[in-house]
Amino acid sequence: MSKNQNTLMGWIDDRLPVTQTYEKHMSKYYAPKNFNFWYFFGVLSMLMLANQILTGIWLTMNYVPSAEGAFASVEYIMRDVEWGWLLRYMHSTGATFFFIAVYLHMMRAVLYGSYQKPRELIWIFGMLIYLALMAEAFMGYVLPWGQMSYWGAQVIISLFSVLPYGDALTEWIRGDFLISGATLNRFFALHVIAVPLVLVMLVVLHLLALHEVGSNNPDGVDIKKLKDENGKPLDGVPFHPYYTVHDMVGIVVFLMIFCTVMFFFPEGNGFMLEYANFEPANGLKTPEHIAPVWYFGSFYSILRAFPDKVLGVIAMAAAIAILFVLPWLDRSPVKSWRYKGWISKIFILVFAVTFVLLTWLGTQPATGVNLILARVGTAIYFAFFVLMPFYSSMEKTKPVPERVTGGH
Amino acid sequence: MKKVFALIAAFIPAIAMAAGGHVHLDEHRTDLHDTASLQRGAKIFANYCMGCHSMEHARYNRVAKDLGIPQEMMMDNLVFADKKFGDLMTIAMEKEDAKRWFGNPPPDLTLVARVRRPDWLYTYLRSFYEDPMRPWGVNNVVFKDVGMPNVLGHLQGTQKMGTAEVKVGIDPLTGQDITEVEDNVLYLAEEGELSAEEFDKLVYDLVNYMVYMAEPIALERQTLGWWVLLFLAIFFVPVYMLNKEYWKDVK
Repeated sequence: MSKNQNTLMGWIDDRLPVTQTYEKHMSKYYAPKNFNFWYFFGVLSMLMLANQILTGIWLTMNYVPSAEGAFASVEYIMRDVEWGWLLRYMHSTGATFFFIAVYLHMMRAVLYGSYQKPRELIWIFGMLIYLALMAEAFMGYVLPWGQMSYWGAQVIISLFSVLPYGDALTEWIRGDFLISGATLNRFFALHVIAVPLVLVMLVVLHLLALHEVGSNNPDGVDIKKLKDENGKPLDGVPFHPYYTVHDMVGIVVFLMIFCTVMFFFPEGNGFMLEYANFEPANGLKTPEHIAPVWYFGSFYSILRAFPDKVLGVIAMAAAIAILFVLPWLDRSPVKSWRYKGWISKIFILVFAVTFVLLTWLGTQPATGVNLILARVGTAIYFAFFVLMPFYSSMEKTKPVPERVTGGH
Repeated sequence: MKKVFALIAAFIPAIAMAAGGHVHLDEHRTDLHDTASLQRGAKIFANYCMGCHSMEHARYNRVAKDLGIPQEMMMDNLVFADKKFGDLMTIAMEKEDAKRWFGNPPPDLTLVARVRRPDWLYTYLRSFYEDPMRPWGVNNVVFKDVGMPNVLGHLQGTQKMGTAEVKVGIDPLTGQDITEVEDNVLYLAEEGELSAEEFDKLVYDLVNYMVYMAEPIALERQTLGWWVLLFLAIFFVPVYMLNKEYWKDVK
């Protein structure tokens, strides 16, 4: 029954497809050879996920999930636990860099049309990862139980009150009439086990779906069309070793930036660890300016762009929901923006700038010019998606080459 | 309850002013390498602040170790009688009593430099002025209607708010001070035990110490950071070459 009983690996392979799986996903997974800078951010997201899980495990060992003990336990980790400060900063800085990597990873998909047929499911899984990541980050920020933990949670959870049965719903989420220790405890449970499990499973699905159809590339060319006599794509290289050694370069550079921020600017100038969050949660003292952590800035801007709370919440939800249907909004015959028409190119650029602007505005008070900018930004954000079916199908595209360009 | 809300209401504009930058803040050039300054700051804090303000997340022995203070000297001078060397720096004042006396219990100050930032603290502690309308007879420019008495007042002297001649610059030719008469400025109405410069230095040391306290690992963190970056820079070389070697045949 067995082909290779004589080796240990053979013995295992007869019982578990280890070699076969390794070949399918690593040594015989052919990836286009023209990946550029933008293609680092998938593996960098994975690196940050691993960082968050590992440092999170050790933080959990000393963190106390209660309204009475949480704040002090974080300071205990920062002062009395051996290397606790490093674990905590790796985790808090990791959250920021996780989002940076994920945002650039998503931008890559937008630039090169990686969400288009046949990769719609990869995009959907990616969006679900993003959604889970937002929930994970939000609940994680509550755990230190500082002023911003408390009031940030207060603001976000109150958003649910605009839904039907809103008051009952918010009460159910909080587990109390106010944000309290009960809220903290359930967020702890969700943050350390429930959401991470979902995240990891979604990442597996994301990768399985990717490896089923193969990676896109900056030209949006299907490398499987042209193969050599052995059936290998002419423009493909095995993921391992080519992209493993290649990704290592990106990882080292990324870590240099990561470590610079972590070791020298761990508060991120108040954007990563907000100053007010070094003050323990106090339900009787509302901070005069409640700002989300930077990575939620864009959606917070959209929320505040509307004078009416219900409309704001609907707009914010729509801003996230519309990303899910992106594969069906893009009607362009080509994938990559390299071959799309000028309307698409301009829209993509303006969209990217707008997203950064909205992110910035979300961390600032929404008054005067800021508010006007946020409203214009919100309009541009939605226009990019809503008008896409029209401009992407009507514009004149450039011919796509047979094979990838640029090479390595 | 009404009182609490009144207090909150009184508190909010103060932060808004500080955060909004309406009040000019003097710069505090923090220097955590200046151990002598940190030691002086520790002493000032123990003598003037710790009657009311705890540093409940910090431990005496850590401070002694980080600031190079011998255990015996620390125990004799800076540690309250009922405390052990490894204890947290809590205080005896009950929160309930404190609330009755000050309206709000004096906050724990372990992390205050991270919340308020050094410039704010440095300015705040030097910006008390006489105000007979307030329970402690003083008000503060950067923290309006603050509940804290000016405990450093006898050192600084009495400041008043009003019309006074203030220095606005230095004449580039003669090198003499240029002064102007302005309204709503702080001026020293009565000299204290220290000169203005000595007092500024004292507050500087105190704030320096509070910055250290807010993140005692700060210096070690930066030192380690340089080593990690050095490692990554060296590690980059073989990683880069390995990549080049593999990809040289890919056309």
